Amino acid sequence: MKVASRQMSTTKFTLPDLKYDYAELEPFISAEIMQIHHSKHHQTYVTNLNTLNEQLGEALHKNDVSKIITLQQGIKFNGGGHLNHSIFFNNLAPAKKGGGEIEDGDLLNMIKAQYGSLDSMQTTLAASTVAVQGSGWGWLGYDKASKSLRITTTANQDPLEATTGLVPLLGIDVWEHAYYLQYKNVRPDYLKSIWKIINWKDVAERLAIAKK
Amino acid sequence: TVEIHHDKHHAKYVANTNSIVEGMYLEKADLVTIIRTAKYANNVGLFNNAAQVWNHSFYWECMKPGGGGEPTGAISDLINTSFGSYAAFREKFEAAANSAFGSGWTWVVLTPKGLIIQNTEGAYTPVAEEGIATLLTLDVWEHAYYLDYQNVRATYVTAFLDHLVNWDFVNSQIPK
Repeated sequence: MKVASRQMSTTKFTLPDLKYDYAELEPFISAEIMQIHHSKHHQTYVTNLNTLNEQLGEALHKNDVSKIITLQQGIKFNGGGHLNHSIFFNNLAPAKKGGGEIEDGDLLNMIKAQYGSLDSMQTTLAASTVAVQGSGWGWLGYDKASKSLRITTTANQDPLEATTGLVPLLGIDVWEHAYYLQYKNVRPDYLKSIWKIINWKDVAERLAIAKK
Repeated sequence: TVEIHHDKHHAKYVANTNSIVEGMYLEKADLVTIIRTAKYANNVGLFNNAAQVWNHSFYWECMKPGGGGEPTGAISDLINTSFGSYAAFREKFEAAANSAFGSGWTWVVLTPKGLIIQNTEGAYTPVAEEGIATLLTLDVWEHAYYLDYQNVRATYVTAFLDHLVNWDFVNSQIPK
């Protein structure tokens, strides 16, 4: 039992640093949004996840099944929030760090094969993402079974892989906190601007990993 | 916030609803009928827009400048009966509003079981169901508070309770 309780110490998740300064994504996403989005929203998911994780550890230790179940919704929400934002902030890059530029390679070939062109894929992904009711995410994902790309959406902070099996390549946050201070209710404008700061290198790397 | 919330968000829901029902048999129906019919017919687009029209209209009426604080009248009796005290009610209301995940609304409704505080997600609304009297609502979609409070929803909830709730309107919604 002593060994078991040592194994109960849980990992502390931490807020990953951004690879760029808050202001570097301007004018497409404002510094104010980036600062609040990263240091408040994402931080809160991390903090809550750590708290819930600790509670989960205790519940597992006590074999309290009811408590284990009670914690699931919060873990899905905050864990999903942490996963999603970790992906999203790396999916973005300022133009001078490659944002908006896609290189030739497997990702571009797959996009062209399935959607005709990068533009056409962006249009479809933007349309699906704009249409999300309330809070959620638009995704370009990879389906391992069919070895193909998929465009889809998730609600709230539902993480893509855990809820659909698709590997997330590119996520676009359309919770209002992601764009409201700058774009207000005009979500379509946010979805037009964001293409200028997509870190296609990161997206391509995720595809390469997913295919291994 | 209120200007954009009303002139853009609410207006869009109205425009969308009008456009969807145009030419339909529901075109001349009242809003609650449209909402309930859309729900039973599983017409998600119509439901989401029509419900949001109703929700926002109701929300505006739930507020007034110089409102908030402890209520008087029938609602006060109901609160004491169902929650014990205004303080207890307030605590539960704040907890509900602050714990809502994602986009939604916090409601105070009167059911055969008494006064209940409940959250709904997205556009969902108690008016879609029969036998429930809606008394009070707070919009907790981020657009309702983000420009003023950013991520600090709790301050918005407190401000609503302290300074905005129109208890006269709430009292007027209690079925006789």
